[in-house]
Amino acid sequence: MKGKNIFATRWGVIGVGAFIGVLAPLLQKLGNPGNMGICVACFERDIAGAVGLHRAAVVQYIRPEIIGFVLGALIAAYIFKEYRPRVGSAPIVRFVLGVFAMIGALVFLGCPWRAALRLAGGDGNAILGLMGLTFGIWIGTLFLKKGYNLGRTQPTHAAAGWMLPLIMVGFLVLMLIFPQAEGQDKSGVFFYSLKGPGAMHAPLLLSLIAGLGIGFLAQRSRFCTMGAIRDTVLFGQTHLLSGFISLVVFAFLANLVLGQFNAGFAGQPVAHTQHVWNFAGMALAGLAFALAGGCPGRQLFLAGEGDGDSAVFVMGMIVGAGFAHNFGLASSPKGVGPYGVAAVVIGMLVCLFIGFTMRKKIA
Amino acid sequence: MAETVDARGLSCPQPVIMTLDAIKNGQDREIIVLVDTDTSKENVARAAESQGCRVNEAILEGEGYRINITKE
Repeated sequence: MKGKNIFATRWGVIGVGAFIGVLAPLLQKLGNPGNMGICVACFERDIAGAVGLHRAAVVQYIRPEIIGFVLGALIAAYIFKEYRPRVGSAPIVRFVLGVFAMIGALVFLGCPWRAALRLAGGDGNAILGLMGLTFGIWIGTLFLKKGYNLGRTQPTHAAAGWMLPLIMVGFLVLMLIFPQAEGQDKSGVFFYSLKGPGAMHAPLLLSLIAGLGIGFLAQRSRFCTMGAIRDTVLFGQTHLLSGFISLVVFAFLANLVLGQFNAGFAGQPVAHTQHVWNFAGMALAGLAFALAGGCPGRQLFLAGEGDGDSAVFVMGMIVGAGFAHNFGLASSPKGVGPYGVAAVVIGMLVCLFIGFTMRKKIA
Repeated sequence: MAETVDARGLSCPQPVIMTLDAIKNGQDREIIVLVDTDTSKENVARAAESQGCRVNEAILEGEGYRINITKE
């Protein structure tokens, strides 16, 4: 028996929420886009752009924070002997959920992490997003109560769990070989944004260190923004919620100190004011996260501790970002994309289909 | 007799749902829950304690843990 994990206590998860809450506005100060100190969906979308899965010129950058999240969790899992290589719980379903989670998030313009950070930066549109997120997760809990599950994982080779971490190492190495060249939109294998959010980033090393720190602590604390809402709705348990609220409160305070707080709806950074679609986009994302058992951050941390199915979900999100931009599904500050509304409707139908049909008895 | 809940390989929140179901609807006073991750171990213990159950120290077993819960 190992010693007690202090990060898994209520004060532990509150502390981790506070850590992330302070770090995200600092990363924004250091160069990351507005109210986007950290955004798992946006950053995976930027990675999709950097490798050319979509060609939206303003969102192309290999975000070191994402690399850090996975590797930080891997390091923590090995140090505390929690590395458990496992695969085989309906990976293709998790891939599809990842695709639609990303599409929903890009209709809103942010994952639950960014919804919290947008709120903490004064962006009123985030309220609609968080309401939608809660609504989507609530639908997910109804399925969970009816026996929805994707089946058991199986233990596997240690190396099988290294696949996503190794992909991240590969991205990091390639980034060092092909760094951004001044005024060039391509360097070696990667695309880089010259303007827009993709061109805004903190220095590589600082982004990577912040990501590693968050990945390490989040693995220890099991920090999860979807679980925060799900556990409250499903069990009346507010353990994870206290971490999520802590993130909002500390990000708000940090934004005040750094002069980054601007209250309002119109003209917020990387945001639109179409309330219905802010709500609906996040409802789709929330349902997909609930059916997949974790928010996009948590999926990265789980992948770091050896969960191959979470790694598949992450790949689904990255591929989903490709679809979102190539098909004109993603929103922009001007509003939803030409096919964004249709994509949200289809995504909802797909998620409902998954929720209704996958209720295997757990024998 | 103790009821055994095998939650190995199941992802969040299945182990907690199964444990709470056993606490509320099971006949036995003793419940043994098998899990394979530390996260599940913590979540199951937290949920059982919130129901007023006594949770004994989890025992390492194979690739996971065996958690012994007693309904009070």
